[in-house]
Amino acid sequence: MMELDLNLLQQLGYIFSAILFIYGLKMLSNESTAARGNVVSSIGMLFAVLVTVIEIVNPVLVLSAVLLGALIGSAFALKVKMTSIPEMVALFNGFGGLSSFFLAWSEFNNLSAISLIMVLSFMTVLIGGITFSGSVVAFFKLSEILKGNNNFLNKASRWFLIFSFLFVIIAVIQVIAGGLGYEFIDLALIQKIFIALLIISLFAGLAFVLPIGGGDMPVVISLLNSFSGIAAASAGVLLTNTALIVAGCLVGASGLVLTLIMAKSMNRTLYNIFFVGYESSGSSAAEIDGEIKPISAEDAYLVVEAARSALIVPGYGMAVAQAQHVVKELGDLLEENGCEVSYGIHPVAGRMPGHMNVLLAEANVSYDNLLEPKDINPTMETVDIAIVIGANDVVNPSATEEPGSPIYGMPILEVHRAKTVMVLKRSMASGFAGVQNPLFFKENSRMLFGDAKESISKLVAEFKD
Amino acid sequence: MEIILLLFFILILAIFLGLELISKIPSTLHTPLMSGANAISGITLVGALSLDTGSNLQMILAFSAITFASINVFGGYLVTNRMLRMFKKK
Repeated sequence: MMELDLNLLQQLGYIFSAILFIYGLKMLSNESTAARGNVVSSIGMLFAVLVTVIEIVNPVLVLSAVLLGALIGSAFALKVKMTSIPEMVALFNGFGGLSSFFLAWSEFNNLSAISLIMVLSFMTVLIGGITFSGSVVAFFKLSEILKGNNNFLNKASRWFLIFSFLFVIIAVIQVIAGGLGYEFIDLALIQKIFIALLIISLFAGLAFVLPIGGGDMPVVISLLNSFSGIAAASAGVLLTNTALIVAGCLVGASGLVLTLIMAKSMNRTLYNIFFVGYESSGSSAAEIDGEIKPISAEDAYLVVEAARSALIVPGYGMAVAQAQHVVKELGDLLEENGCEVSYGIHPVAGRMPGHMNVLLAEANVSYDNLLEPKDINPTMETVDIAIVIGANDVVNPSATEEPGSPIYGMPILEVHRAKTVMVLKRSMASGFAGVQNPLFFKENSRMLFGDAKESISKLVAEFKD
Repeated sequence: MEIILLLFFILILAIFLGLELISKIPSTLHTPLMSGANAISGITLVGALSLDTGSNLQMILAFSAITFASINVFGGYLVTNRMLRMFKKK
């Protein structure tokens, strides 16, 4: 009787924490309630954990593991620079997947007969393993430790994915056949298959993410985020734990929504992003008319000083140069000078969804001033100067003007229609998409070469003199 | 088997609920949403807490599952909180 009551209490507790998760996520999708939403969701987590520990088996092991995780997690969270958030989120996605991976492995070891439940542990291990190793690759790509693309490796990766897929199908058939009582399949065989699956799932994650280019990372992180939730939900079905199922599905769904938003913002299908890439989708060798017009910081100051309205368009270059604070300083000086300043934020600018928003928030820019392409494009002609800071593909006019271009159709910030465009850039290298940008050659474009932070600091210094 | 079907039912409903909940998110909040969701995926901690610790291998697996899930929970909520405190209206 006592045991039943504990179980009942636990189930009620899970319902309560599910409600808190749902409310928390709902509040997270509105600027004014987001901070509270995060707290509400963390209370839900605390509650789910508390009703679980009442029947804990091994308190010493549990406590030391939780403490270790809390220590590592908090250290990461408090130390990480805002420019490195994408790497950290990628790594954390991976840890979520890894936790499900170990969970399912442990549950599998407890099964003493072949049953259909095993299929669930196969699925959980597979998704968890792919999430982990895929996230680790994404982490190394985002921190620029892993660079470049190897054609042979890409092809090998594709073949390995097909091989893994076939292996999983065969493994599942074996379990089902064993579960139905065919005697030539015994537990020892299934256990061997399971060990092979553990290894294959880890390699499949590598093979999945390795060929995907750095510019597509916002989509990859979103998808891996979704995977980490699906792995948790799958583990929940395996453990018959409703808290895991509901929370896991919420995460899976939110990651999926972000993935689709990112793909839409790049005007590409998921298939194209994950299995084709820009390289093979045709190249445009169209000659670009016009010439590059470099400008010095002194001349740039004169242009900026005369402007009555300015649009600042940040990209990954701003993050690399850690220029968000000087950008904000420049914005303030412009406003004092009687200029109307707003910021144009493309959904895929940077390395993860919303990356630019976080950096500008860190620099104290009000989110009211951050505009999406659809808000700013209709009135672009009235903008005196568009200042493009380390962004490239998201302002490439080929997307609207050149039907043969690989990025044709992608919604962009149409800064080429502003009266003057000033592009801050380190060199003439093309963006991650590897596509040449005709914007730089337009009549109304000026190029201010150099490190974004240094260039803007010079402008700021000119203003102060 | 009936329980599994019931669980799948919950699973499907939760996915639809999640899609509805998130569909109207402003792009300003994409990053905090993702790291907040990431913290929620640390829910595997709840499953990991009651794992079997009968053998050495099982102990290692349980310990690792709990540790990684806790990193997610603590790191995820803290970093999301850090970010959201920076978002300000004029």
